[in-house]
Amino acid sequence: MSCHAPVLEQIEENPKTASTASRLRTVALVGPPNSGKSTLFNRLTGMRQKVANYPGVTVEHHSGRMKSIGRSDLTLIDLPGIYSLSTYSEDARVAVEVLTGKMPGVPRPDCVLLVLDATHMNRQLMLAAPVFSIGLPTLVLLNMSDQLELRGGKIDTLALARELGHPVALISAAKDIGLEVVPDFLVQADGTLNTKLRPVQLPVLQSPAACRAWASQVTTRTGYQSPAVSRWTQRLDSILLHRVAGPLIFLAVVFAVFQVVFSIGQPLSDGLGALLDHVGAGLGQMLPDNWLRLLLLDGIWRGVTSVLVFLPQILLLFLFIGVLEDSGYLARAALIADRVMRSIGLNGKAFIPLLSAYACAVPAIMATRTIENKRERLATILIAPFMTCSARLPIYTLIIAAFVPHRLFLGGLIGLRALVMLGLYGLGFCAALITARILNSSVMKASPAPFILELPQYRWPTLQSLGLRLYDRGKLFLKKAGTVILGVTFLVWSLSVIPVRGGQLSDLSTSVIGHLGHGIEPLIRPLGFNWKIGIGLLSSIVAREVIVGTLGTLYGMDPGTHALGLEAALRHDITAAGAIALVVFFAFAMQCTSTLAVVRRETNSWKFPALQFTYMTTVAYLAALITNQVLLRLL
Amino acid sequence: MTLLSDARVHDAGVVQTVNLAEEVSHYLAHLGFLPGTRVEVLRRAPAGDPTVYRVDNVEVALRRDTARHITLKLEHGVGE
Repeated sequence: MSCHAPVLEQIEENPKTASTASRLRTVALVGPPNSGKSTLFNRLTGMRQKVANYPGVTVEHHSGRMKSIGRSDLTLIDLPGIYSLSTYSEDARVAVEVLTGKMPGVPRPDCVLLVLDATHMNRQLMLAAPVFSIGLPTLVLLNMSDQLELRGGKIDTLALARELGHPVALISAAKDIGLEVVPDFLVQADGTLNTKLRPVQLPVLQSPAACRAWASQVTTRTGYQSPAVSRWTQRLDSILLHRVAGPLIFLAVVFAVFQVVFSIGQPLSDGLGALLDHVGAGLGQMLPDNWLRLLLLDGIWRGVTSVLVFLPQILLLFLFIGVLEDSGYLARAALIADRVMRSIGLNGKAFIPLLSAYACAVPAIMATRTIENKRERLATILIAPFMTCSARLPIYTLIIAAFVPHRLFLGGLIGLRALVMLGLYGLGFCAALITARILNSSVMKASPAPFILELPQYRWPTLQSLGLRLYDRGKLFLKKAGTVILGVTFLVWSLSVIPVRGGQLSDLSTSVIGHLGHGIEPLIRPLGFNWKIGIGLLSSIVAREVIVGTLGTLYGMDPGTHALGLEAALRHDITAAGAIALVVFFAFAMQCTSTLAVVRRETNSWKFPALQFTYMTTVAYLAALITNQVLLRLL
Repeated sequence: MTLLSDARVHDAGVVQTVNLAEEVSHYLAHLGFLPGTRVEVLRRAPAGDPTVYRVDNVEVALRRDTARHITLKLEHGVGE
């Protein structure tokens, strides 16, 4: 992610060259959590760091060239939000180390952009005193000017600048208002790098109480008027956090997501599938009828497109996640769910990483850095992969569409397929809860850590931000299809035609992969899986989506199912009990190398990823075994 | 003197003391829970706990376990 040149010298060490060229090299973005630093970072660099409406979205430092304002010579570092320079959590430690030049590999910043939320200055200004005392040229950016104006707040930037001894400007990073002050300041800062700053009266002891008293004095003297409370937020909260309506709305929202993934996503996905088949058939006519056509068409095209068709469902899921995150509802969901979290001994703060694990466990595990308590952080890391990530969506929708009849209840409001999907998500959630419970009662006797959660004001998600999220997600998915999935399907195809005897390709059942598959079949037959599913499971250790690609290739090569679509081929080949056991297996199993790698990095040991892999795979095997054996007797 | 956890919805008052572990009180202080600041009880979560407080124009939710370590001097005539 880092874009700055590794050879970047610090100015102090190289005064001779510094005098000729611009001496300013590195600019740091500092501010309290959820003050909009990443939104500003994206505006100034033209990059796309993840932003959302809740505190703690950024947990690492990111660098980028300030291209959007024509200063590609400058590196901007986006930091996690901090309240002070004291550090209690991992993300705050990162911010302070970068800021003070102690982070290895990151140049010490030459000047600072301090981003404060203009709608509650008393509290936000508390950070200004410790940041000024670092002694770097600082521009104070009061963000969210649009919100301030809308709700009738007042701020005198000139008086504030006099009081603080640093330039102050009112901006709105989200609406792109007032950002022209940034390049002006950078030019000025360049000229004043070596000159002494004006002395400012700062609190001598920088305790929270002293900083607070200082901040209140400053806001009083400069005539700051805090904006009225957003009436919309109050009205919405009186409904969304209502004793009865609140939890019901929460469940309805979750259910609506799955219903839409099926009712709108499925036809789109079927249409895309038909289109891709058509294109494939067209391509096939252009190829000579030999092994190359088999490889390209039956191997790779079939494998890759069987995963690609799930693009509409993935995008719909991320559209919903985007709306929930950007609007500010996520924090309310955490509040509603806190009771459940507490009953299993988890910090309320664990809820937001766990919710984001519904998209992908990798950023969720990174997001646990906001949890101060080490043991709770570890527990959250260990249970996060049980949450149903979007990589499980392809195999879930495939099996559900193939085996669960399309039935509607309550006048079409509730569909059976969406219910089954909800059940699978519930299954993963329960596994996470039970595991957390076991961890807390045996391995980690947790001290009750407090639940402290800021509730941001509701905001309309902007079309631009949602559009960018979907674009980035779509790109990521296509990239995965074009690399990992393409690679695995190529491998599966190759193994399914060798050994070549007398110029003849092997049959599927006599090939290497056929032998391998039949070799592991006894182990998985009790789960209701045949050898092709077994190969799919093996290949999906790389990433969960891969199984769909592998099955697409294998069924495409099998003469018995060659002419059928993947859904029909599966119905032809495995029992309903086995199919359900397969999705149950996926609900629990740890099949994701990226997650294992990030767990290793965040826990700094192979012990935890190894433990996690063994535990989750064992649970998955046993659960699938029980599911298949029970369903076989029932169905 | 009242415990913050005992204050009812719509009550408001001024924080007197915060008796919590260093790292917790440090965090709370930066959210505005410091002696002398005014706190208003906004609403309870659907399960009755945590409770949402307004302090410094920001809404912060605390569990009862945390709120009972903060004392408050209630203002009169605010409750409805």
